[in-house]
Amino acid sequence: MTKKQKKILIRIIVATLVGVASYITYRLTELPIWAEILLFVAPYLVVGYDVILSAGKNIIHGQIFNEKFLMVVATVGAFVIREYPEAMAVMILYQAGELFQSIAVGKSRKSISSLMDMRPDSATVLRNGEEIVLSPEEVERGELLLVRPGEKIPLDGVIVEGETTVNQAALTGESLPVDKAPGENVLSGSINIGGLIKVRAESVYTESTVSKILALVENSTEKKAKAENFITKFAKYYTPAVVFAAVLLAVIPSLIDKQWSQWIYRALMFLVVSCPCALVISVPLSFFGGIGGASKKGVLVKGANYIEMLAKTSTVILDKTGTVTKGNFAVSGVYPENGVTEETLLYKAVLCEKHSSHPIAKSVLSYYNKPVPEDDASVQERAGYGIERKEKESILLAGNALLLQEHGISVPSSSVGTTVYVAENGVYLGKIVISDEIKPDSAAAVRELKELGVKRVVMLTGDSEKTASSVAEGVGIDEVKAGLLPDQKVLETEKILATGGTTLFVGDGINDAPVLTRADVGVAMGGIGSDAAVEAADVVLMNDNLSSLCEGIKISRKTMRIVRENVVFALGVKLVLLVLSAVGIANMWLAVFGDVGVAVLAILNAMRALRFSKK
Amino acid sequence: MKKTFVLEDLCCAHCATKMEEGIKKIDGITDASVNFIMQKLTVEAADEEFDAIMKKVVKICKKIEPDCTIVL
Repeated sequence: MTKKQKKILIRIIVATLVGVASYITYRLTELPIWAEILLFVAPYLVVGYDVILSAGKNIIHGQIFNEKFLMVVATVGAFVIREYPEAMAVMILYQAGELFQSIAVGKSRKSISSLMDMRPDSATVLRNGEEIVLSPEEVERGELLLVRPGEKIPLDGVIVEGETTVNQAALTGESLPVDKAPGENVLSGSINIGGLIKVRAESVYTESTVSKILALVENSTEKKAKAENFITKFAKYYTPAVVFAAVLLAVIPSLIDKQWSQWIYRALMFLVVSCPCALVISVPLSFFGGIGGASKKGVLVKGANYIEMLAKTSTVILDKTGTVTKGNFAVSGVYPENGVTEETLLYKAVLCEKHSSHPIAKSVLSYYNKPVPEDDASVQERAGYGIERKEKESILLAGNALLLQEHGISVPSSSVGTTVYVAENGVYLGKIVISDEIKPDSAAAVRELKELGVKRVVMLTGDSEKTASSVAEGVGIDEVKAGLLPDQKVLETEKILATGGTTLFVGDGINDAPVLTRADVGVAMGGIGSDAAVEAADVVLMNDNLSSLCEGIKISRKTMRIVRENVVFALGVKLVLLVLSAVGIANMWLAVFGDVGVAVLAILNAMRALRFSKK
Repeated sequence: MKKTFVLEDLCCAHCATKMEEGIKKIDGITDASVNFIMQKLTVEAADEEFDAIMKKVVKICKKIEPDCTIVL
C-alpha cells in the first residue's frame, strides 16, 4: 500500500467506528435534528472531505458528470431527505471501494511489469582495468562488460572471454538454456547462468534488444482495440443519459404522487450507478494483461487491436523459408553409387568443398564433422557450377549437373533440394542432397492451427514447385503457391485477403516486408536481432517457432473472452440495479456495490488475462 | 518531438480518457495519449512550441483531474 492509500484506510476505519457509535446513539436516543445531523456529518466529513473538495474544484472547472461529483450529489441528497445513516454509509463504502480499486489496479500494474522483469539494473564495466558498476544507459558501444553467473546481460554484445550458458526465457519464452562460446552474440535481457564472461558491448542501451522489446510492449496500449473504442464512446453517452434519467425519475412521478423524498432517493441511486469506471478500467486492463501474458510466451503483440484480430484468425499464410523451414541448408541425404561407401563419397566431396566458402560447401563440411586433411592440390571454384580439384593425374569434381555434363559424365535427374554431384576421373560416385530443414515443430503447429479453427493454411514460396510441395506434405499444408517472386507474393496475398475473414501472414520479414504490412496481421519470425521484421510486423514471434503463434491465438481468445465477460457483467449488473432502483427494491448500499464493487470484480477478472497456462 | 511523462495519482480511468481528448484538442499537438495502466502521458508536438503546449497540457490536466499531477 502506498502512503496515500494508508491514510485513506485510516480515515475509513475512524469514520466506520465513529459511524457505528453514531448509529447506536441515533437508534437509542431521541435527539434534536441538528444533533442527529451532526452525529453523521462528522464521520461523513472525515472519510469524504477530499471527495467533496475535488467535486467542488470540478464544478468550478465546469466538469460535472464525474464520479466524485455524482457521489457528493447522491450523499448530500440523502442528507436532505433525512436519510443520514445512509448518506454516511454510502460515502464510507465508496471510499473503501475506491481504495480497493486503486490497490487492485496497482497490483495489476505490478504483475504486468514484473512479467517484463528483464530490464537490467546495472552493468559492470571494465575501464582501464578497473571494475565500475554503472547503469546500463551509461555504457558506451565497444566497452568491455563483466557478467557474472546469475546476472542479467545488460547490453547486446559479443563474448570475448569465457564460455557460458544463457537463459533467454525473458526474451523468447523459451526456457531451454543456450550455450554460448567466445565470438558468439549474447542478447541484453538474457540471464547468464553458466560461468563468468567478458562481453564487448555492440549496442548502447536504447538500441539494445531489451529496451526495444520493453518499448514495444509499453507502447502497445496506444493502438486501441475496437472494444476499447466502443467503451470510450459508450461511456461518453452512458453517464449523461443516466443522470438525465435520474432527473426525470426524481421529478415526474413526484409531480403525480407527491412522494418527493422517495423518488429523489431512487434517483440518487441512479447517480451512484451511473459511473462507467468498471468498464473504462477493466477493458484496457484485460487487453494489456493479454499483451503482457503473450510477451511472457515470446509473442510480442504491438497493439490491443491485434489481440482482437488474432482471436478471429480464419486464414494463415505462411512463408516457407525461415518460417516453416529453418532457412539454413543442411545435408538431408547422401546417395553413393553401387560400390562406393557413403564415407568415401563424403570424403571426396569434402576434399573439394573445404576450399569454398559457399553455404552449400559449409553445410557439407559441417555434416562431415571431422578434421579435414591438408593437401596441396590445385582447386578451381566456378560460380554456378561447382569445384574442380586436380592432384597429379586425378581430377575430382563436386558440383551441379552442368559441371559433370561438361566433363561428359551423365547424372541421374535431380530430386528435391540442391544436389552436389561427385565424380572422380570421369566416374560418377554419387550425390549429396542438401535441403532446407523443416522446423521440428512446424507440423504440430499447422495441426494445432487447424484444431483452433483456422479454415485455410496456405504456404507461399519463391522456391520450386517440387521443394515446396515436399515441405508442404511434410507439415500437412494442403494449399501451396510456389515459384513466386516477392511482388507475386503480394498479389497472391491480396487474392486471399479479398476472400474475406481475418488473414495472418507469417514470414521472416526479410524479403516479405510488403506482404507483412498488407495482411490484416503481419507476423514476423525471429524478432531477435532483425530490426526490419520488428518494424514491419504487428506481431513478433521471438523464438522463431510457429507453435508460439498458436499460443498467441489462444491467449488472444482468452483475452477477448474476458473482455466480453466484463462488458456483459458490468453492464448487466448496472442495468439490473437501475431497474431495481427505479421500482424501489434496491437500496443505496447495493447501488454503491454497482459502482465500485463491480469495478473491483471486473479488474480482478481482467487480471486472469495475464495468467496463461500451457493447457 | 515526442515525450513521455509520468502521471502521479491518476486514479480515475474515465478522467484519463477525458484528459486524452482534451489534450488532443490543443492547437499544435500532433498526438497525445494517456495510458491509465502505465500511468503515463505521451505528448507529440513541434519542438519550438513544446514548452508552451506543455503548459496548456498541465492546465487541462488540473481542470479535469485536480488530484493528478504531471511529473515534468
